[in-house]
Amino acid sequence: MELLMIFISAILVNNFVLYYFLGICPFLGVSKKIDSAVSMGLAVTFVMTITAVVSWMINHWILIPNKLEYLQIVTFILVIASLVQLVEMFIRKISPPLYQALGIYLPLITTNCAIMGLALIAALKEYNFATTVIFGIGSGVGFTLAIVLMAGIREQLDVSDVPRPLKGAGIALIVAGIMALAFQGFSGMIK
Amino acid sequence: MAAKSITQEYLKGLWDENPVFRQLLGMCPILAVTNAVINGIAMGLATAFVLVLSSLVVSSIKKLIPSQVRIASYIVVIATFVTMADRFLAAYFPPLSKSLGPYVPLIVVNCIILGRQEAFSSKNSIGRSMIDALGMSTGFILALLTLSSIREILGTGTFLGHQVLGAWFKPWIIMILPAGAFITLGILLALAMFIEQKTKARS
Repeated sequence: MELLMIFISAILVNNFVLYYFLGICPFLGVSKKIDSAVSMGLAVTFVMTITAVVSWMINHWILIPNKLEYLQIVTFILVIASLVQLVEMFIRKISPPLYQALGIYLPLITTNCAIMGLALIAALKEYNFATTVIFGIGSGVGFTLAIVLMAGIREQLDVSDVPRPLKGAGIALIVAGIMALAFQGFSGMIK
Repeated sequence: MAAKSITQEYLKGLWDENPVFRQLLGMCPILAVTNAVINGIAMGLATAFVLVLSSLVVSSIKKLIPSQVRIASYIVVIATFVTMADRFLAAYFPPLSKSLGPYVPLIVVNCIILGRQEAFSSKNSIGRSMIDALGMSTGFILALLTLSSIREILGTGTFLGHQVLGAWFKPWIIMILPAGAFITLGILLALAMFIEQKTKARS
């Protein structure tokens, strides 16, 4: 039950984009078309889940027993960078169609603060292993939901008459604000 | 590109190449920590510390780094300074460090910092890189200050914790919620774009 709560709250209430403000760069950059938004969301969910597992293991089996918690930042970022590289090579070998679909989005994920944020927040909240994994998957799904919704709205925005200075990032941020307001409505679901 | 004077090198970070308003970099921290002015200032100073020192180190060792591993090397340099800033805040300003939460460690993935190393420090002299880093930091701090002042004054009626608006003022709760951050920044970006278009049209 508690796991289900964590899962739902990671998707709707504490949404990574609209509540933690993580992953804003891809959220604004890759949300012009629904197809690419879906691919980006999938890639992020995939890497987030793996990162959650690996960073938990490193944190609990290596850093904490040796009292090296202050090395978290350096280790996490290096682990994420090499993990993304590894995942990319792995997918290219195992499933070329999936590699085609995720393509250029995988390397971009290294600099996506949502991934680093996930590892740090999970460590900060001292989640246990199962919770960390669920939190990772939920956050990925939440990110996908936000970016796909955003892409849907932006496809409509392209054909509407937006004042010139607001074009591009300005209107996108205001739309995101209204979305955040809508998501705020879910906060009553979880105490 | 013609060589710029030192002053121009510094000033470009304030407007022409302002990291937030013109380059749209560092959006995550600027939205996340601007619900109070004090958080904005702390974040700005921490980022400035990391940016200036990383530029110093990267520009002094740029000839020693093979270009294939340069990104990884920059990240290690940046992560070292971020760890220092994070530990410092945790030791001397525990409440502040708590309210900034994961966003101090997240400076490591702030695209402004890696962007400046890749675009500037790895190609320019130590002095110029430092000036460039200082300019960019000032631009970033200005953006943080603008956004956090608007949000704190309208959201709670206070500035740095001091009451500035009278008792008649009903705080706009939305401004300190995430939604307020997005909408305010959207309007500020539009304003920056508007000013830019006007000055371009005039010249």
